[in-house]
Amino acid sequence: MAYSEKVMEHYTNPRNVGTLNKDSKSVGTGLVGAPECGDVMRLQIEVDDNNVITDAKFKTFGCGSAIASSSLATEWLKGKTIDEALTIDNMDIVEELALPPVKIHCSVLAEDAIKSAINDYRVKNGLEAFELAKSHH
Amino acid sequence: MELPIYLDNNATTPLDPRVLEAMLPYFTNKFGNAASRNHAFGWVAEEGVDYAREQVAKLIGCTEKEIIFTSGATEADNLGIKGVYEMYADKGNHIITATTEHKAILDTCKHLEKQGARVTYLKVKEDGLIDLAELEAAMTPETILVTIMYGNNEIGVIQPIKEISAIAHKHGALFMTDATQAVGKIPVDVNADGIDLMAFSAHKMYGPKGVGALYVRRKNPRVKVTSQIDGGGHERGMRSGTLNVPGIVGLGKACELCRLEMDEEAKRLSALRDKLEAALTTMEESYVNGNTEHRLPHVANISFKYVEGEGLMMAMKDLAVSSGSACTSASLEPSYVLKSLGLSDDLAHSSIRFGLGRFTTEEEVDYAIENTKKAVNHLRDLSPLWEMFKEGIDLSKIEWAEH
Repeated sequence: MAYSEKVMEHYTNPRNVGTLNKDSKSVGTGLVGAPECGDVMRLQIEVDDNNVITDAKFKTFGCGSAIASSSLATEWLKGKTIDEALTIDNMDIVEELALPPVKIHCSVLAEDAIKSAINDYRVKNGLEAFELAKSHH
Repeated sequence: MELPIYLDNNATTPLDPRVLEAMLPYFTNKFGNAASRNHAFGWVAEEGVDYAREQVAKLIGCTEKEIIFTSGATEADNLGIKGVYEMYADKGNHIITATTEHKAILDTCKHLEKQGARVTYLKVKEDGLIDLAELEAAMTPETILVTIMYGNNEIGVIQPIKEISAIAHKHGALFMTDATQAVGKIPVDVNADGIDLMAFSAHKMYGPKGVGALYVRRKNPRVKVTSQIDGGGHERGMRSGTLNVPGIVGLGKACELCRLEMDEEAKRLSALRDKLEAALTTMEESYVNGNTEHRLPHVANISFKYVEGEGLMMAMKDLAVSSGSACTSASLEPSYVLKSLGLSDDLAHSSIRFGLGRFTTEEEVDYAIENTKKAVNHLRDLSPLWEMFKEGIDLSKIEWAEH
């Protein structure tokens, strides 16, 4: 199976690889997936006082599509407000990266990682966690 | 050196130019049907087939009459198992095989289970070898066939064939082996090994695709299989269909070359493989899968912990290798062979199979070592699991969100 050009591009030059201080109150961390399933994503956001995501970082254990999905997610998150970030849908990622059906789970994982990072930030700051309505698995 | 480098010789091998040369006349002026008995075109084709049959027989130490040409190892596996099951139905319905067999064996056995066969799938030990005591314990008076592969396609381990055939024979069962990865690579002698039926294929030993053979013993005991393809009674009635003359000539030539060059080639390949393996296992958290003592000379299967196989192969883009990772198959399940060794799913996902071959050079192996190391390091820089491992976090204690 050949990869789309966009997957290759993100895979070759992944954006925003790295680690934010997970103990900081302004940082939310989402860790989703499982090693047994062949993909684990860690996505982190840094949020300012106006609820704007000023920085995003990821590290991913997984196939090229999983790496590209998380790289794209961090790119999209930067500059968005939390509310805007919550509207990112996995199908947007599928479309942007032209993922084949067998790789859709990679985009789902990226969406889960975004939501999970936002919830971690909210809980840290005394807010209630959003209910994660979609259960894809 | 040309890129990409082909290191997937367990999947298929390139055709040796000498094999191609031998085949070519049989596509054009020697095009006859080997079954045409009444004119020179047929005789010439038959001569080509006869010489090929002799070469195949010489390689595995049998007589020409014991070779049934097929379309490949999968067909030979089917013919051997289904043919024995039907022919020996009066004696019993029990077949013994192993969980690490090729799908051509496993799925054929599953097919027969639906028709009333009882099949025992032996587990393998951590090193990939079957436990002879377990085999002995599984034998029953109804056991008609034990079929265990010679060398494994994913990890290269070589089963103790002589011991296995002795156990099968002691209990009155036939012994069959899928020797697709072994024939032409290491010495295989059907008499010394006690083999009654053996499947193999040309395209794993520098011959063409679409041709293989089933060895069927004719003496001590005389083994019979019912045909699975009926028609003109070719191959002594066991496999009808006009003979694939160019393919068979190619298989014969491939066998001849393997027989003449095997000793030196096996030494050369195992030296290259050992070099590759030694260099790659100097990396932290990398592990060789399968027994390293009883192993085919050209295979190395290595797990690089905390990186995922498919992602890794993308970074090794100048190398053609394969992985036990789920993502390379449609099923999303990691390799059942590696799981049979007791490997955890994450290690199975992290495995890469290197399959060296006749045309692999030392320069290519050196390049592969550097390319692989770079790719593993790159992927580990991206891996949250590697970071956690480095921080001393016990990954098994984390509650992962299974999906």
